[in-house]
Amino acid sequence: MTALSITTELPADQTTPVILEMAHITKVFPGVVALDDVNLAVRARTIHAICGENGAGKSTLMNILSGVYPTGTYDGQIRFEGQEMAFHSIRASEDAGVAIIHQELALIPELSVTENMFIGNEVATRGVIDWIAARRSALDLLARVGLDVNPDTPIKNLGVGQQQLIEIAKALGKNCRLLILDEPTSALNEDDSANLLDILRGLKAKGLTSIMISHKLNEIAAIADAITVIRDGRVVEHIDVTAGRVDEDRIIRGMVGRDLSSRFPDHTPHIGEVFFEVRDWTVEHPQIPGKLVCNHESFYVRRGEIVGFAGLMGAGRTELARSLFGRSYGTFLGGEILLDGAPIELPTVKAAIDAGLAYCPEDRKIQGLNLLDDVKKTIVSAGIDRICTRSVIDLDEEAVAAEEYRRKMNIKASSVDVVVSTLSGGNQQKVVVAKWMFTEPVLAILDEPTRGIDVGAKYEIYTLINQLAQEGKGVVMISSELPELLGVCDRIYTVFEGRITSVTAAADATQESLMRQMTDTADATARPAPAPNHSQEEPR
Amino acid sequence: MKPTKAISQILGGNLRQYFMVAVLVGVIVIFQLVTGLKQPHSSLLTALVHGKMISPTNMQNLLNGNSYVLVIAIGMLFVIITGQIDLAPGSVAAVVGIVMAMAITQRNPDGTFATSPWWWIGIIVGVAVALAVAVAVGRTLERHRHMKRAPALVIGLVAGLLVGGAVALGLASAINAFGIPWWGGVLIGLGAGAAIGAWQGAWLAYIGVPGFITTLAGQMLFRGVNQWIGQARSIPVPKPIQYIGGGYLPDWGPHWGPSVDGSGLNNSTVLLGVIAILVIATLEFRQRAKLSRAAMDVPPLWTSVVRLVLLALVMGYLTFLFGSGPKGTSFPITGCILVAIVLTYNFIATRTTLGRGVYAVGGNRIAAGLTGIDTKKIYFLAMANVSFLAGLAAIMFVGRSRSTGPADGTGWELDAIAAVFIGGAAVSGGVGTVFGSIIGGLVMASLNNGLYLMGIGSDKQKMIKGLVLLVAVAIDLYSKSQGRPSIIGTVQRNLQQRRKKPDLGSTTTVATAGTASN
Repeated sequence: MTALSITTELPADQTTPVILEMAHITKVFPGVVALDDVNLAVRARTIHAICGENGAGKSTLMNILSGVYPTGTYDGQIRFEGQEMAFHSIRASEDAGVAIIHQELALIPELSVTENMFIGNEVATRGVIDWIAARRSALDLLARVGLDVNPDTPIKNLGVGQQQLIEIAKALGKNCRLLILDEPTSALNEDDSANLLDILRGLKAKGLTSIMISHKLNEIAAIADAITVIRDGRVVEHIDVTAGRVDEDRIIRGMVGRDLSSRFPDHTPHIGEVFFEVRDWTVEHPQIPGKLVCNHESFYVRRGEIVGFAGLMGAGRTELARSLFGRSYGTFLGGEILLDGAPIELPTVKAAIDAGLAYCPEDRKIQGLNLLDDVKKTIVSAGIDRICTRSVIDLDEEAVAAEEYRRKMNIKASSVDVVVSTLSGGNQQKVVVAKWMFTEPVLAILDEPTRGIDVGAKYEIYTLINQLAQEGKGVVMISSELPELLGVCDRIYTVFEGRITSVTAAADATQESLMRQMTDTADATARPAPAPNHSQEEPR
Repeated sequence: MKPTKAISQILGGNLRQYFMVAVLVGVIVIFQLVTGLKQPHSSLLTALVHGKMISPTNMQNLLNGNSYVLVIAIGMLFVIITGQIDLAPGSVAAVVGIVMAMAITQRNPDGTFATSPWWWIGIIVGVAVALAVAVAVGRTLERHRHMKRAPALVIGLVAGLLVGGAVALGLASAINAFGIPWWGGVLIGLGAGAAIGAWQGAWLAYIGVPGFITTLAGQMLFRGVNQWIGQARSIPVPKPIQYIGGGYLPDWGPHWGPSVDGSGLNNSTVLLGVIAILVIATLEFRQRAKLSRAAMDVPPLWTSVVRLVLLALVMGYLTFLFGSGPKGTSFPITGCILVAIVLTYNFIATRTTLGRGVYAVGGNRIAAGLTGIDTKKIYFLAMANVSFLAGLAAIMFVGRSRSTGPADGTGWELDAIAAVFIGGAAVSGGVGTVFGSIIGGLVMASLNNGLYLMGIGSDKQKMIKGLVLLVAVAIDLYSKSQGRPSIIGTVQRNLQQRRKKPDLGSTTTVATAGTASN
């Protein structure tokens, strides 16, 4: 379990002293108890995972620990490295050696790596920055996180994975002994995630203690030394991993408070004929001329079928979906869309919606929601013509329709008049899905529909997808999580560098076989067969 | 029932707007008291009666002197909701004013119209008509008769040329023969405003120059156009336009009721007041009927009655206030125009897909685009609309001052922007209401007016106005940063929490708090 370097330093029983103790933490927001008498003990030189559904209180707890909520706004004690702490600000907690890296990275894209690392913590004498010294320590810190980039590179030129490491290096530069990571891998692909976890392990060996909030249970099971599960603002379980390996099911049980007999709802496919087909779809990158984000891609969807698209981020899955959906991405170079056998043109998003397509985008906050709007207006926004007579909205019909979809989707909101930004992530996602269900699409394209939402909400989304298929509609599901695609879909396409590299029935596919096709085109000689209805077509 | 809940039910829940109204009423009452106390032998009570602020004449002047800015503020609101800004309406108004004044043919001494060199207006209108007819005919043929695009286009063009040509020929020769009457000038002015708006909107929407830059350029450009066309002259406008800008509704029927000079209430104003009360009552009861038909919660009857009685009292008082002025005065024409514009644009903002589109684009442009909203069209229309309304404002202003001049419109855009922000709009877009902006504008106007009545110089007036703008927006931002929707939102939130349904378990409440803290 532990790395070699540690075993030499550790006593035989492999326990280390408790570095952080949070005792009887209670935090009350107006009208709600967010945390109720929470106790947390973190041992030094361990990676301590905190799990819980969205809104369970994980972030609130970490915000208290890092001084975002200053002392006095909560009850309870924090003891760090044996001393009672009372953090008045983030700065105070950083000075004490506690650093937090939020889910949304706080780097400035236009500034260089060095500048970002020392922002607010400049190596300076009387206000004059010593750039040479700063650069030297930047190189030093970069080496500690195993990152080989030029410290003068602007942040915007780095990938998300590298940026995440820079955040860690920045924290190390502040001499932090306790690092808090809030969903560090949620935006990373598998390789970057694995790399990040390796770095964390390495840092642990050198004496760093980490607290990690994550929804990715396989990662937690792989890396954590201890796991605390929070539900409804209370600690429900503390699992010491050194006492024996835990399986993901045990964590899930702790998080949702019940057994999930299966993570995916049962689904008996009733697959009809091909009704939606794309042929030779070719799209150029909007900024980089000559780069094809969709390179002669062809696929089809049958009635009642759930079709998965697997691929790494940037492989061209989202680009394909968005370029189909009213050419809302890239420059269209060629290709054909056939709906019920007849070619259709979808030059605008409106045309795509009118033709019966729906696209539920991957990033709900940036592409899916107007966070200022209430639930009601959001739900009807895409299908607004359905409640309009000559562009005048019938507000009563709007309220009735929104209420209907709120019930159908099981959106937890006190009413349809509340602002969507006040909902939890899972419920926001359900609102986005509801918005597209309201258009009553024949083909629903769902791009990462379960990203960043908790296990319970994921299950509900899967159920909805099954329902759609049951109603004879086509569903296209794009996801980075292979188990999810294997559990939900009937047929899975893999995408790599703008090409469809394979198609397999989900029953015949494994994570390994998909991953091979997603990362390597060398053996992708077998291009997907054209739709069965059109098998007389010449192979390309 | 708790008193706060009762109040909220009577007012219909939207307390923020009423807070702004309360501020406005507060400002007016304070100035009434202060100006009243200045008079000899006054007590607080007599001050309230004898103050200079709340008098028919002063209120009429206040409306006449500010309606044009409020009209621009409504246009500005939509631009600000989309997250843009328009710095040009003052200059656009100046151009519209001068174009209108110069287009209207002056009468010859014998009362006939002189011939006009403005015959080319006919050609422009003809071309516009030709294009519109061509597009309309072409589209209709293509969509409804399922014709191919090419022949549809040809037929459309032919039809357009025929109709447009006839219009151009007829209009040009008519202008050449008979000159341009006042209403022709008004139409040309409004057309010029809309055309300038289309210019600004196109740069923003289709070329992508930020609104701030487009309209900063427009501010310089059109100020220059005004001076170039007008050569710094001051040109008078005919009587009907003066009536639009400074006129009053006619009086008719029996003399009755009180007034400042014994001439009785103005019956047109009384009629307007009665109609307004009836319309409000009808709408209220129609809404109740609709709610019960849809089997939704109908608020208790007494809340509707109390609300209607309160509204009727307010409307009645306003009717009395505006109707009891000296002979020949009434609720002003500019006020009527303003009310019409407010109702129209409030309807657009709250009840139409276009309005929803504006809020959606301002709230999240990318999400709006992926929802099927033509974001470019929204930017274009919002920007074009300000200039159109600036044209209307110019006509109102020029009518009131009876002639156009090179300094018309200076600084109007800033007054309009201030009104919108005091009215609760957000700099980042997506937020704001028509009523809020109007109240914001009236707060500024009342401050101006009250300070003037107190005899405070324009130097100090400007200082006070600047500080009020700053403080109003700062308070709003502060209360938002505290996690509350607005100042009054605190109260509102408590009310909502009390109303929360019992079937929601603790999970939801914790969930909401957790997200809010992220």
